[in-house]
Amino acid sequence: MRPVYMVSGGITKFRKANPNQDFRLMVKDSFDYAMRDVPNLTMDMIDGSVASYFSDHFTRQLMAGIMVQDYLGLVPRPGKRIEGGGATGGLCFQGGWESVASGRMDVCVAYGFETMSHVNTWKGNEFIALASDVNFDFPVGGFYSGYYAMMVQRHMHEFGTTVEQMAKVSIKNHGNALHNPYAQSPAKLTVEDVRNATMVANPLTLLDICTMSDGAATVIFATEEMATKMGAVDPVLVTGIGSGTDAMRMADRPHGKVLLLDHETESDYKDLKYPGVHSFRGGRNATRLAYKMAGIRNPIEDLSFVELHDAYTSSEIQTYEDMGFCKYGEGGKFIEDGKSELGGVLPVNPSGGLLACGHPVGATGLMQAVFAFWQLQNTIGKHLGGDDFIQVKNAKRGAIHSHAGTGTYITVSIMESTRS
Amino acid sequence: MADKHKDFKLPETDSGTIVFNTDPLIIKYHYEIDYIHSYAEDTPFFVGLSQGKMMGSRCTKCNYGFATPRSHCMECGAPTTWEQLPNQGRVHTYTTCYFGGEAFLNETPFTLILVEFAGFDTLFLSRIVGVDFEKVKIGMPVKAQYLRNSKFKPTDVYFVPMQDDEPAPHTPYSN
Repeated sequence: MRPVYMVSGGITKFRKANPNQDFRLMVKDSFDYAMRDVPNLTMDMIDGSVASYFSDHFTRQLMAGIMVQDYLGLVPRPGKRIEGGGATGGLCFQGGWESVASGRMDVCVAYGFETMSHVNTWKGNEFIALASDVNFDFPVGGFYSGYYAMMVQRHMHEFGTTVEQMAKVSIKNHGNALHNPYAQSPAKLTVEDVRNATMVANPLTLLDICTMSDGAATVIFATEEMATKMGAVDPVLVTGIGSGTDAMRMADRPHGKVLLLDHETESDYKDLKYPGVHSFRGGRNATRLAYKMAGIRNPIEDLSFVELHDAYTSSEIQTYEDMGFCKYGEGGKFIEDGKSELGGVLPVNPSGGLLACGHPVGATGLMQAVFAFWQLQNTIGKHLGGDDFIQVKNAKRGAIHSHAGTGTYITVSIMESTRS
Repeated sequence: MADKHKDFKLPETDSGTIVFNTDPLIIKYHYEIDYIHSYAEDTPFFVGLSQGKMMGSRCTKCNYGFATPRSHCMECGAPTTWEQLPNQGRVHTYTTCYFGGEAFLNETPFTLILVEFAGFDTLFLSRIVGVDFEKVKIGMPVKAQYLRNSKFKPTDVYFVPMQDDEPAPHTPYSN
Protein backbone atom coordinates (compact mmCIF):
# COMPACT_ATOMS: atom_id res chain seq x y z
CA MET A 1 0.00 0.00 0.00
CA ARG A 2 1.14 3.52 -0.80
CA PRO A 3 0.81 6.52 1.52
CA VAL A 4 -2.39 8.43 0.66
CA TYR A 5 -2.94 12.14 1.26
CA MET A 6 -6.13 14.12 1.43
CA VAL A 7 -5.23 17.20 -0.59
CA SER A 8 -8.50 19.12 -0.59
CA GLY A 9 -12.14 19.16 0.40
CA GLY A 10 -15.33 21.12 -0.05
CA ILE A 11 -18.87 21.13 1.32
CA THR A 12 -22.16 22.86 0.68
CA LYS A 13 -24.03 24.26 3.62
CA PHE A 14 -26.45 21.55 4.70
CA ARG A 15 -30.06 22.74 4.73
CA LYS A 16 -33.37 21.23 5.74
CA ALA A 17 -34.36 21.80 2.10
CA ASN A 18 -32.45 23.14 -0.87
CA PRO A 19 -34.91 23.10 -3.78
CA ASN A 20 -32.77 25.48 -5.82
CA GLN A 21 -30.08 22.90 -6.54
CA ASP A 22 -30.39 19.26 -7.49
CA PHE A 23 -27.88 16.67 -6.28
CA ARG A 24 -25.60 17.19 -9.30
CA LEU A 25 -25.25 20.92 -8.74
CA MET A 26 -24.75 20.53 -4.99
CA VAL A 27 -21.89 18.10 -5.57
CA LYS A 28 -20.51 20.40 -8.27
CA ASP A 29 -20.40 23.31 -5.80
CA SER A 30 -18.52 21.23 -3.22
CA PHE A 31 -16.22 19.84 -5.94
CA ASP A 32 -15.44 23.30 -7.35
CA TYR A 33 -14.63 24.55 -3.85
CA ALA A 34 -12.18 21.69 -3.39
CA MET A 35 -10.61 22.28 -6.83
CA ARG A 36 -10.22 26.02 -6.21
CA ASP A 37 -8.42 25.34 -2.94
CA VAL A 38 -5.56 23.68 -4.87
CA PRO A 39 -5.18 26.00 -7.88
CA ASN A 40 -2.72 23.82 -9.75
CA LEU A 41 -4.92 20.73 -9.48
CA THR A 42 -6.44 20.35 -12.93
CA MET A 43 -9.20 18.08 -14.21
CA ASP A 44 -6.79 15.98 -16.28
CA MET A 45 -4.97 14.91 -13.09
CA ILE A 46 -8.08 13.13 -11.73
CA ASP A 47 -8.08 9.39 -12.40
CA GLY A 48 -11.58 8.54 -11.17
CA SER A 49 -14.14 8.76 -8.41
CA VAL A 50 -16.15 7.06 -5.73
CA ALA A 51 -19.74 8.23 -5.15
CA SER A 52 -21.59 8.22 -1.85
CA TYR A 53 -25.36 8.36 -1.47
CA PHE A 54 -27.63 6.30 0.72
CA SER A 55 -31.15 6.07 -0.56
CA ASP A 56 -32.58 5.63 -4.03
CA HIS A 57 -35.98 6.25 -2.41
CA PHE A 58 -35.05 9.83 -1.56
CA THR A 59 -33.42 10.48 -4.93
CA ARG A 60 -36.16 8.78 -7.03
CA GLN A 61 -33.40 8.34 -9.56
CA LEU A 62 -31.45 5.11 -9.94
CA MET A 63 -27.78 5.43 -10.90
CA ALA A 64 -27.75 9.02 -9.67
CA GLY A 65 -24.00 8.66 -9.21
CA ILE A 66 -23.35 8.57 -12.92
CA MET A 67 -25.33 11.79 -13.34
CA VAL A 68 -22.92 13.44 -10.91
CA GLN A 69 -19.97 11.91 -12.73
CA ASP A 70 -21.05 13.30 -16.11
CA TYR A 71 -22.08 16.65 -14.60
CA LEU A 72 -18.59 17.06 -13.10
CA GLY A 73 -16.99 16.20 -16.44
CA LEU A 74 -15.36 13.04 -15.13
CA VAL A 75 -16.72 10.59 -17.74
CA PRO A 76 -15.34 8.29 -19.14
CA ARG A 77 -13.07 7.85 -16.11
CA PRO A 78 -13.74 5.06 -13.57
CA GLY A 79 -16.44 5.61 -10.99
CA LYS A 80 -18.60 3.56 -8.66
CA ARG A 81 -21.11 3.99 -5.90
CA ILE A 82 -20.66 2.95 -2.29
CA GLU A 83 -23.65 2.49 0.01
CA GLY A 84 -23.80 1.57 3.67
CA GLY A 85 -26.61 3.49 5.39
CA GLY A 86 -25.47 6.30 7.67
CA ALA A 87 -21.85 5.22 7.20
CA THR A 88 -22.04 5.67 3.43
CA GLY A 89 -19.82 8.77 3.57
CA GLY A 90 -17.22 7.12 5.81
CA LEU A 91 -17.16 4.04 3.58
CA CYS A 92 -16.78 6.31 0.53
CA PHE A 93 -13.85 8.10 2.20
CA GLN A 94 -12.20 4.72 2.73
CA GLY A 95 -13.08 3.67 -0.82
CA GLY A 96 -11.29 6.73 -2.18
CA TRP A 97 -8.31 5.97 0.03
CA GLU A 98 -8.26 2.37 -1.23
CA SER A 99 -8.26 3.50 -4.86
CA VAL A 100 -5.03 5.43 -4.31
CA ALA A 101 -3.40 3.12 -1.74
CA SER A 102 -3.80 0.13 -4.05
CA GLY A 103 -2.05 1.88 -6.93
CA ARG A 104 -5.14 1.85 -9.10
CA MET A 105 -5.41 5.64 -9.11
CA ASP A 106 -3.00 8.46 -8.34
CA VAL A 107 -5.74 11.03 -7.75
CA CYS A 108 -9.25 10.01 -6.69
CA VAL A 109 -12.30 12.15 -5.91
CA ALA A 110 -14.78 10.96 -3.27
CA TYR A 111 -18.07 12.83 -3.52
CA GLY A 112 -21.36 12.37 -1.71
CA PHE A 113 -24.81 13.85 -1.40
CA GLU A 114 -28.33 13.30 -0.15
CA THR A 115 -31.55 15.15 -1.05
CA MET A 116 -33.89 14.29 1.81
CA SER A 117 -36.31 17.20 1.44
CA HIS A 118 -38.04 15.54 -1.53
CA VAL A 119 -40.47 13.81 0.82
CA ASN A 120 -42.06 15.00 4.06
CA THR A 121 -40.22 14.36 7.33
CA TRP A 122 -42.33 11.35 8.33
CA LYS A 123 -42.11 9.68 4.93
CA GLY A 124 -38.38 10.31 5.22
CA ASN A 125 -38.35 8.58 8.60
CA GLU A 126 -40.17 5.67 6.94
CA PHE A 127 -37.53 5.47 4.19
CA ILE A 128 -34.75 5.46 6.78
CA ALA A 129 -36.56 2.76 8.75
CA LEU A 130 -36.56 0.55 5.65
CA ALA A 131 -32.90 0.18 6.62
CA SER A 132 -34.10 -2.18 9.33
CA ASP A 133 -35.28 -5.77 8.79
CA VAL A 134 -38.52 -5.46 6.79
CA ASN A 135 -39.81 -8.85 7.98
CA PHE A 136 -39.29 -8.46 11.71
CA ASP A 137 -38.46 -4.85 12.62
CA PHE A 138 -39.95 -2.32 10.20
CA PRO A 139 -43.60 -3.51 10.49
CA VAL A 140 -43.54 -3.29 14.31
CA GLY A 141 -43.14 0.49 14.12
CA GLY A 142 -40.11 1.21 11.98
CA PHE A 143 -38.58 4.37 13.45
CA TYR A 144 -34.88 4.91 14.00
CA SER A 145 -35.36 7.36 16.86
CA GLY A 146 -37.33 4.59 18.59
CA TYR A 147 -34.49 2.12 18.06
CA TYR A 148 -31.90 4.56 19.48
CA ALA A 149 -34.22 5.35 22.38
CA MET A 150 -34.36 1.65 23.26
CA MET A 151 -30.58 1.41 23.08
CA VAL A 152 -30.02 4.35 25.40
CA GLN A 153 -32.67 3.14 27.84
CA ARG A 154 -30.53 0.05 28.24
CA HIS A 155 -27.35 2.17 28.47
CA MET A 156 -28.98 4.17 31.27
CA HIS A 157 -30.00 0.92 32.99
CA GLU A 158 -26.54 -0.67 32.74
CA PHE A 159 -24.42 2.38 33.51
CA GLY A 160 -26.57 5.07 35.11
CA THR A 161 -26.24 7.44 32.16
CA THR A 162 -28.63 10.40 32.58
CA VAL A 163 -30.75 12.51 30.24
CA GLU A 164 -28.91 15.58 31.57
CA GLN A 165 -25.61 14.11 30.37
CA MET A 166 -27.19 13.52 26.97
CA ALA A 167 -28.45 17.12 26.93
CA LYS A 168 -24.88 18.30 27.50
CA VAL A 169 -23.87 16.72 24.19
CA SER A 170 -26.58 18.75 22.45
CA ILE A 171 -25.50 21.93 24.26
CA LYS A 172 -21.85 21.36 23.29
CA ASN A 173 -22.47 20.59 19.62
CA HIS A 174 -25.05 23.31 18.98
CA GLY A 175 -22.76 25.68 20.88
CA ASN A 176 -19.67 24.82 18.80
CA ALA A 177 -21.81 25.48 15.73
CA LEU A 178 -22.20 29.14 16.76
CA HIS A 179 -18.73 29.51 15.22
CA ASN A 180 -19.36 27.40 12.12
CA PRO A 181 -21.22 29.21 9.32
CA TYR A 182 -21.69 25.83 7.58
CA ALA A 183 -23.85 24.62 10.49
CA GLN A 184 -27.60 24.99 10.00
CA SER A 185 -28.67 25.06 13.65
CA PRO A 186 -26.21 26.92 15.86
CA ALA A 187 -27.76 27.59 19.26
CA LYS A 188 -26.96 28.42 22.83
CA LEU A 189 -28.99 25.85 24.73
CA THR A 190 -29.58 24.82 28.33
CA VAL A 191 -30.37 21.40 29.78
CA GLU A 192 -33.94 22.64 30.27
CA ASP A 193 -34.21 23.61 26.58
CA VAL A 194 -33.20 20.11 25.52
CA ARG A 195 -35.43 18.31 28.01
CA ASN A 196 -38.44 20.55 27.35
CA ALA A 197 -38.22 20.13 23.58
CA THR A 198 -40.86 17.93 21.95
CA MET A 199 -40.52 14.30 23.05
CA VAL A 200 -39.91 12.05 20.05
CA ALA A 201 -39.20 8.65 21.61
CA ASN A 202 -38.46 8.73 25.30
CA PRO A 203 -35.91 9.74 26.47
CA LEU A 204 -34.94 11.40 23.14
CA THR A 205 -36.34 14.88 22.42
CA LEU A 206 -36.10 16.83 19.16
CA LEU A 207 -32.88 18.41 20.45
CA ASP A 208 -31.29 14.98 21.03
CA ILE A 209 -31.71 14.14 17.32
CA CYS A 210 -30.07 15.39 14.12
CA THR A 211 -31.96 16.81 11.13
CA MET A 212 -32.54 15.20 7.74
CA SER A 213 -31.01 17.56 5.20
CA ASP A 214 -29.98 18.32 1.65
CA GLY A 215 -26.26 18.70 1.03
CA ALA A 216 -23.09 17.51 -0.62
CA ALA A 217 -19.38 17.11 0.15
CA THR A 218 -16.20 16.30 -1.76
CA VAL A 219 -12.82 14.90 -0.69
CA ILE A 220 -9.81 14.61 -2.99
CA PHE A 221 -7.07 12.04 -2.40
CA ALA A 222 -3.62 11.86 -4.02
CA THR A 223 -0.30 10.11 -3.84
CA GLU A 224 2.67 12.00 -2.42
CA GLU A 225 4.04 12.55 -5.93
CA MET A 226 0.77 13.99 -7.22
CA ALA A 227 0.24 16.06 -4.07
CA THR A 228 3.64 17.65 -4.71
CA LYS A 229 2.99 18.07 -8.42
CA MET A 230 -0.29 19.91 -7.83
CA GLY A 231 1.32 22.05 -5.16
CA ALA A 232 -1.04 20.96 -2.40
CA VAL A 233 -0.37 23.00 0.74
CA ASP A 234 -0.12 20.97 3.95
CA PRO A 235 -1.77 17.82 2.62
CA VAL A 236 -3.11 15.53 5.34
CA LEU A 237 -1.84 11.95 5.57
CA VAL A 238 -4.39 9.19 6.13
CA THR A 239 -2.66 6.90 8.64
CA GLY A 240 -5.45 4.65 9.91
CA ILE A 241 -8.38 2.90 8.27
CA GLY A 242 -10.77 0.67 10.22
CA SER A 243 -14.30 -0.55 9.86
CA GLY A 244 -16.68 -2.98 11.47
CA THR A 245 -20.16 -4.43 11.22
CA ASP A 246 -22.90 -5.88 13.37
CA ALA A 247 -26.22 -7.67 12.91
CA MET A 248 -28.99 -5.72 11.19
CA ARG A 249 -31.51 -6.58 13.89
CA MET A 250 -30.37 -5.18 17.22
CA ALA A 251 -32.42 -7.99 18.81
CA ASP A 252 -29.73 -10.33 17.43
CA ARG A 253 -26.77 -8.68 19.18
CA PRO A 254 -24.99 -11.14 21.43
CA HIS A 255 -24.19 -10.67 25.11
CA GLY A 256 -20.56 -11.78 25.28
CA LYS A 257 -17.14 -10.35 26.05
CA VAL A 258 -15.88 -6.84 25.31
CA LEU A 259 -13.49 -6.46 22.36
CA LEU A 260 -10.55 -4.86 24.19
CA LEU A 261 -8.39 -1.93 23.12
CA ASP A 262 -4.66 -1.79 23.91
CA HIS A 263 -5.15 0.24 27.07
CA GLU A 264 -7.91 -1.97 28.51
CA THR A 265 -7.88 -5.32 30.33
CA GLU A 266 -10.46 -8.06 30.67
CA SER A 267 -10.84 -7.29 34.39
CA ASP A 268 -12.19 -3.83 33.46
CA TYR A 269 -15.37 -5.49 32.25
CA LYS A 270 -15.79 -8.73 34.16
CA ASP A 271 -19.56 -8.29 34.64
CA LEU A 272 -20.44 -6.54 31.38
CA LYS A 273 -22.50 -8.41 28.76
CA TYR A 274 -21.30 -7.06 25.43
CA PRO A 275 -22.34 -5.48 23.16
CA GLY A 276 -25.99 -6.11 24.03
CA VAL A 277 -28.03 -3.23 22.70
CA HIS A 278 -26.15 -0.59 24.71
CA SER A 279 -22.86 -0.62 22.80
CA PHE A 280 -21.64 -0.75 19.21
CA ARG A 281 -19.38 -3.74 18.61
CA GLY A 282 -18.90 -2.67 14.98
CA GLY A 283 -17.62 0.71 16.19
CA ARG A 284 -15.24 -0.92 18.61
CA ASN A 285 -13.91 -3.15 15.81
CA ALA A 286 -13.48 -0.19 13.45
CA THR A 287 -11.62 1.62 16.23
CA ARG A 288 -9.33 -1.33 16.95
CA LEU A 289 -8.29 -1.66 13.30
CA ALA A 290 -7.78 2.07 12.77
CA TYR A 291 -5.80 2.57 15.99
CA LYS A 292 -3.62 -0.44 15.22
CA MET A 293 -2.79 0.82 11.74
CA ALA A 294 -2.09 4.36 12.99
CA GLY A 295 -0.14 3.18 16.04
CA ILE A 296 -2.53 4.78 18.52
CA ARG A 297 -2.14 3.31 22.00
CA ASN A 298 -4.06 5.85 24.01
CA PRO A 299 -6.63 7.89 22.09
CA ILE A 300 -6.86 10.66 24.70
CA GLU A 301 -3.14 11.38 24.36
CA ASP A 302 -2.70 10.46 20.71
CA LEU A 303 -5.66 12.31 19.17
CA SER A 304 -6.10 16.10 19.00
CA PHE A 305 -9.83 16.01 18.16
CA VAL A 306 -12.57 13.75 16.83
CA GLU A 307 -15.47 14.29 14.44
CA LEU A 308 -17.91 11.48 15.24
CA HIS A 309 -21.38 10.45 14.12
CA ASP A 310 -23.68 12.16 16.65
CA ALA A 311 -27.00 11.38 14.95
CA TYR A 312 -28.26 11.21 18.54
CA THR A 313 -26.81 12.69 21.73
CA SER A 314 -26.96 9.16 23.11
CA SER A 315 -24.91 7.70 20.29
CA GLU A 316 -22.16 10.30 20.85
CA ILE A 317 -21.91 9.09 24.47
CA GLN A 318 -21.99 5.44 23.37
CA THR A 319 -19.27 6.17 20.82
CA TYR A 320 -16.93 7.77 23.40
CA GLU A 321 -16.85 4.30 24.95
CA ASP A 322 -16.54 2.33 21.70
CA MET A 323 -13.60 4.53 20.68
CA GLY A 324 -11.96 4.10 24.07
CA PHE A 325 -11.94 7.74 25.20
CA CYS A 326 -13.17 6.31 28.50
CA LYS A 327 -14.21 2.88 29.72
CA TYR A 328 -17.62 1.41 28.87
CA GLY A 329 -20.08 2.97 31.28
CA GLU A 330 -18.14 6.23 31.72
CA GLY A 331 -19.40 8.00 28.58
CA GLY A 332 -21.97 10.08 30.45
CA LYS A 333 -19.33 11.24 32.93
CA PHE A 334 -16.97 12.06 30.03
CA ILE A 335 -19.32 14.76 28.70
CA GLU A 336 -20.46 15.82 32.16
CA ASP A 337 -16.84 16.59 33.06
CA GLY A 338 -16.45 18.63 29.86
CA LYS A 339 -13.74 16.36 28.48
CA SER A 340 -15.15 16.46 24.96
CA GLU A 341 -15.68 20.23 24.85
CA LEU A 342 -13.41 22.60 22.95
CA GLY A 343 -10.51 23.06 25.34
CA GLY A 344 -11.25 19.71 27.00
CA VAL A 345 -8.84 16.75 26.95
CA LEU A 346 -10.28 15.57 23.62
CA PRO A 347 -12.60 17.93 21.72
CA VAL A 348 -15.38 15.96 20.01
CA ASN A 349 -17.35 17.46 17.13
CA PRO A 350 -15.83 20.94 17.17
CA SER A 351 -17.80 21.53 13.93
CA GLY A 352 -21.11 21.01 15.70
CA GLY A 353 -21.44 17.51 14.29
CA LEU A 354 -24.57 16.05 12.78
CA LEU A 355 -26.69 17.54 15.57
CA ALA A 356 -25.95 21.11 14.45
CA CYS A 357 -24.78 20.73 10.82
CA GLY A 358 -27.45 18.22 9.76
CA HIS A 359 -27.26 14.74 8.26
CA PRO A 360 -27.69 14.51 4.47
CA VAL A 361 -26.63 10.90 4.75
CA GLY A 362 -24.28 10.36 1.78
CA ALA A 363 -22.51 13.69 2.39
CA THR A 364 -22.13 13.43 6.16
CA GLY A 365 -19.07 11.19 6.49
CA LEU A 366 -17.26 13.25 3.86
CA MET A 367 -18.24 16.48 5.64
CA GLN A 368 -16.50 15.15 8.74
CA ALA A 369 -13.38 14.52 6.66
CA VAL A 370 -13.46 18.08 5.28
CA PHE A 371 -13.74 19.64 8.75
CA ALA A 372 -10.97 17.33 10.01
CA PHE A 373 -8.80 18.26 7.01
CA TRP A 374 -9.18 21.98 7.70
CA GLN A 375 -8.40 21.40 11.39
CA LEU A 376 -5.18 19.55 10.50
CA GLN A 377 -4.21 22.19 7.93
CA ASN A 378 -4.88 24.86 10.57
CA THR A 379 -7.15 26.60 8.03
CA ILE A 380 -10.47 26.61 9.90
CA GLY A 381 -10.49 30.41 10.03
CA LYS A 382 -9.81 30.70 6.30
CA HIS A 383 -12.70 28.39 5.39
CA LEU A 384 -15.17 29.53 8.05
CA GLY A 385 -15.30 33.19 7.13
CA GLY A 386 -12.49 34.31 9.40
CA ASP A 387 -13.82 32.76 12.63
CA ASP A 388 -11.21 30.34 13.95
CA PHE A 389 -12.82 29.81 17.37
CA ILE A 390 -13.29 26.07 16.74
CA GLN A 391 -9.73 25.62 15.42
CA VAL A 392 -8.06 23.07 17.71
CA LYS A 393 -4.63 24.52 18.50
CA ASN A 394 -1.69 22.50 17.18
CA ALA A 395 -4.01 19.81 15.82
CA LYS A 396 -1.68 16.95 14.94
CA ARG A 397 -3.93 13.94 14.53
CA GLY A 398 -7.69 13.59 14.19
CA ALA A 399 -10.20 10.76 13.95
CA ILE A 400 -13.40 10.68 11.91
CA HIS A 401 -16.15 8.15 12.67
CA SER A 402 -19.11 7.28 10.45
CA HIS A 403 -21.98 5.06 11.60
CA ALA A 404 -24.97 3.27 10.04
CA GLY A 405 -28.17 1.63 11.18
CA THR A 406 -28.26 0.59 14.80
CA GLY A 407 -24.50 0.14 14.55
CA THR A 408 -24.41 -2.07 11.46
CA TYR A 409 -21.63 -0.47 9.39
CA ILE A 410 -19.09 1.73 11.15
CA THR A 411 -15.87 3.32 9.92
CA VAL A 412 -13.04 5.01 11.79
CA SER A 413 -10.31 6.81 9.85
CA ILE A 414 -7.24 8.55 11.27
CA MET A 415 -5.79 11.65 9.61
CA GLU A 416 -2.47 13.35 10.43
CA SER A 417 -1.12 16.82 9.81
CA THR A 418 2.07 17.20 7.73
CA ARG A 419 2.65 20.82 8.79
CA SER A 420 6.16 21.40 10.04
CA MET B 1 -46.53 9.20 -45.80
CA ALA B 2 -45.77 12.27 -43.69
CA ASP B 3 -48.39 14.36 -45.48
CA LYS B 4 -51.27 12.14 -44.37
CA HIS B 5 -50.51 12.92 -40.72
CA LYS B 6 -49.57 16.55 -40.97
CA ASP B 7 -52.53 17.64 -38.87
CA PHE B 8 -51.98 15.07 -36.14
CA LYS B 9 -52.06 16.39 -32.57
CA LEU B 10 -51.84 14.68 -29.21
CA PRO B 11 -55.27 14.73 -27.59
CA GLU B 12 -55.52 17.23 -24.75
CA THR B 13 -56.56 15.87 -21.33
CA ASP B 14 -58.05 17.53 -18.28
CA SER B 15 -55.57 15.92 -15.88
CA GLY B 16 -53.03 18.28 -14.37
CA THR B 17 -50.02 18.57 -12.14
CA ILE B 18 -50.03 19.72 -8.54
CA VAL B 19 -47.56 22.60 -8.28
CA PHE B 20 -46.15 23.76 -4.95
CA ASN B 21 -43.91 26.51 -6.24
CA THR B 22 -42.67 27.99 -9.51
CA ASP B 23 -39.28 29.42 -8.50
CA PRO B 24 -37.88 26.83 -8.55
CA LEU B 25 -40.64 24.70 -10.05
CA ILE B 26 -41.68 22.10 -7.47
CA ILE B 27 -44.36 19.57 -8.41
CA LYS B 28 -46.00 16.59 -6.74
CA TYR B 29 -44.80 13.27 -8.10
CA HIS B 30 -46.84 10.24 -7.04
CA TYR B 31 -45.19 6.83 -6.71
CA GLU B 32 -46.50 3.58 -5.27
CA ILE B 33 -45.83 -0.10 -5.66
CA ASP B 34 -47.19 -3.46 -4.53
CA TYR B 35 -44.48 -6.01 -3.80
CA ILE B 36 -44.93 -9.75 -4.13
CA HIS B 37 -43.04 -10.37 -0.91
CA SER B 38 -42.09 -13.92 0.06
CA TYR B 39 -41.20 -14.67 3.66
CA ALA B 40 -39.25 -17.59 2.19
CA GLU B 41 -37.33 -19.45 4.92
CA ASP B 42 -38.88 -17.22 7.62
CA THR B 43 -42.37 -18.51 6.67
CA PRO B 44 -42.88 -20.88 9.65
CA PHE B 45 -42.57 -17.96 12.07
CA PHE B 46 -45.41 -16.01 10.46
CA VAL B 47 -47.59 -19.09 10.02
CA GLY B 48 -46.84 -19.90 13.68
CA LEU B 49 -48.23 -16.52 14.78
CA SER B 50 -51.55 -17.45 13.17
CA GLN B 51 -51.50 -20.61 15.33
CA GLY B 52 -50.81 -18.64 18.52
CA LYS B 53 -47.13 -19.42 18.91
CA MET B 54 -43.78 -17.70 18.42
CA MET B 55 -41.12 -19.79 16.75
CA GLY B 56 -37.43 -19.16 17.45
CA SER B 57 -34.30 -20.91 16.18
CA ARG B 58 -31.77 -23.20 17.85
CA CYS B 59 -28.35 -23.87 16.35
CA THR B 60 -27.83 -27.58 15.61
CA LYS B 61 -24.09 -27.26 16.28
CA CYS B 62 -23.44 -24.67 19.03
CA ASN B 63 -26.94 -24.68 20.60
CA TYR B 64 -27.23 -20.87 20.42
CA GLY B 65 -30.87 -19.82 20.79
CA PHE B 66 -32.31 -17.04 18.62
CA ALA B 67 -35.54 -15.45 19.81
CA THR B 68 -35.88 -13.78 16.39
CA PRO B 69 -35.55 -16.71 13.99
CA ARG B 70 -32.86 -17.25 11.39
CA SER B 71 -32.28 -20.45 9.49
CA HIS B 72 -28.50 -20.36 9.92
CA CYS B 73 -26.55 -19.56 13.07
CA MET B 74 -24.93 -16.11 13.26
CA GLU B 75 -22.27 -17.45 15.63
CA CYS B 76 -21.06 -20.53 13.71
CA GLY B 77 -22.92 -20.71 10.39
CA ALA B 78 -24.53 -24.10 11.01
CA PRO B 79 -28.22 -24.74 10.21
CA THR B 80 -30.76 -24.05 12.94
CA THR B 81 -33.95 -25.90 13.88
CA TRP B 82 -37.29 -24.33 14.79
CA GLU B 83 -38.08 -24.17 18.51
CA GLN B 84 -41.12 -22.58 20.09
CA LEU B 85 -40.45 -19.59 22.37
CA PRO B 86 -41.99 -19.45 25.83
CA ASN B 87 -45.09 -17.29 25.91
CA GLN B 88 -43.66 -15.25 28.80
CA GLY B 89 -40.56 -13.12 28.95
CA ARG B 90 -39.20 -9.91 30.39
CA VAL B 91 -38.71 -6.41 29.02
CA HIS B 92 -35.04 -5.99 28.04
CA THR B 93 -35.51 -2.36 26.99
CA TYR B 94 -38.34 -0.08 25.83
CA THR B 95 -39.39 3.29 24.47
CA THR B 96 -42.62 5.10 23.71
CA CYS B 97 -42.67 6.61 20.21
CA TYR B 98 -44.64 9.84 19.91
CA PHE B 99 -43.76 10.12 16.23
CA GLY B 100 -42.88 7.49 13.65
CA GLY B 101 -42.49 6.67 10.02
CA GLU B 102 -45.48 7.84 7.98
CA ALA B 103 -46.93 4.32 7.87
CA PHE B 104 -47.17 4.28 11.68
CA LEU B 105 -47.93 7.94 12.50
CA ASN B 106 -51.64 7.22 13.06
CA GLU B 107 -50.70 4.56 15.64
CA THR B 108 -48.65 6.91 17.83
CA PRO B 109 -47.99 6.93 20.66
CA PHE B 110 -46.98 3.28 20.81
CA THR B 111 -44.48 1.52 23.05
CA LEU B 112 -41.76 -0.70 21.60
CA ILE B 113 -40.03 -3.35 23.69
CA LEU B 114 -37.24 -5.84 23.17
CA VAL B 115 -38.23 -9.05 24.95
CA GLU B 116 -35.88 -11.62 26.49
CA PHE B 117 -36.90 -15.26 27.03
CA ALA B 118 -35.64 -18.09 29.23
CA GLY B 119 -33.37 -20.39 27.24
CA PHE B 120 -32.78 -17.98 24.34
CA ASP B 121 -29.68 -15.84 23.85
CA THR B 122 -31.12 -13.10 21.64
CA LEU B 123 -34.14 -10.82 21.85
CA PHE B 124 -37.44 -10.12 20.05
CA LEU B 125 -38.89 -6.74 19.01
CA SER B 126 -42.56 -6.18 19.76
CA ARG B 127 -45.06 -3.73 21.23
CA ILE B 128 -46.51 -3.65 24.73
CA VAL B 129 -50.10 -2.57 25.43
CA GLY B 130 -52.41 -2.56 28.43
CA VAL B 131 -50.08 -0.53 30.64
CA ASP B 132 -49.38 3.19 31.13
CA PHE B 133 -46.24 4.13 29.17
CA GLU B 134 -44.62 5.49 32.31
CA LYS B 135 -44.98 2.17 34.08
CA VAL B 136 -43.04 0.08 31.55
CA LYS B 137 -39.73 -0.90 33.14
CA ILE B 138 -36.71 -3.01 32.25
CA GLY B 139 -37.18 -6.46 33.78
CA MET B 140 -40.99 -6.25 33.75
CA PRO B 141 -42.52 -9.72 33.20
CA VAL B 142 -44.67 -9.80 30.07
CA LYS B 143 -46.73 -12.35 28.19
CA ALA B 144 -47.62 -12.71 24.53
CA GLN B 145 -51.09 -12.33 23.07
CA TYR B 146 -52.06 -12.94 19.46
CA LEU B 147 -54.50 -11.37 17.02
CA ARG B 148 -57.33 -13.77 16.24
CA ASN B 149 -57.47 -12.56 12.63
CA SER B 150 -53.87 -12.89 11.54
CA LYS B 151 -52.35 -10.36 9.20
CA PHE B 152 -49.16 -12.39 8.82
CA LYS B 153 -47.08 -9.51 10.16
CA PRO B 154 -44.84 -9.52 13.24
CA THR B 155 -47.51 -7.36 14.93
CA ASP B 156 -49.79 -10.43 15.03
CA VAL B 157 -48.12 -10.96 18.40
CA TYR B 158 -47.94 -8.27 21.10
CA PHE B 159 -47.25 -8.23 24.80
CA VAL B 160 -49.12 -7.28 27.95
CA PRO B 161 -47.79 -7.15 31.53
CA MET B 162 -48.07 -10.39 33.52
CA GLN B 163 -50.32 -10.28 36.57
CA ASP B 164 -48.72 -10.27 40.02
CA ASP B 165 -50.10 -13.74 40.80
CA GLU B 166 -48.54 -15.29 37.68
CA PRO B 167 -45.05 -16.81 38.18
CA ALA B 168 -42.50 -14.58 36.46
CA PRO B 169 -40.02 -16.29 34.13
CA HIS B 170 -36.29 -16.37 34.83
CA THR B 171 -34.71 -14.78 31.75
CA PRO B 172 -31.01 -14.31 30.93
CA TYR B 173 -30.37 -10.60 31.42
CA SER B 174 -32.90 -8.58 33.40
CA ASN B 175 -34.30 -10.46 36.40
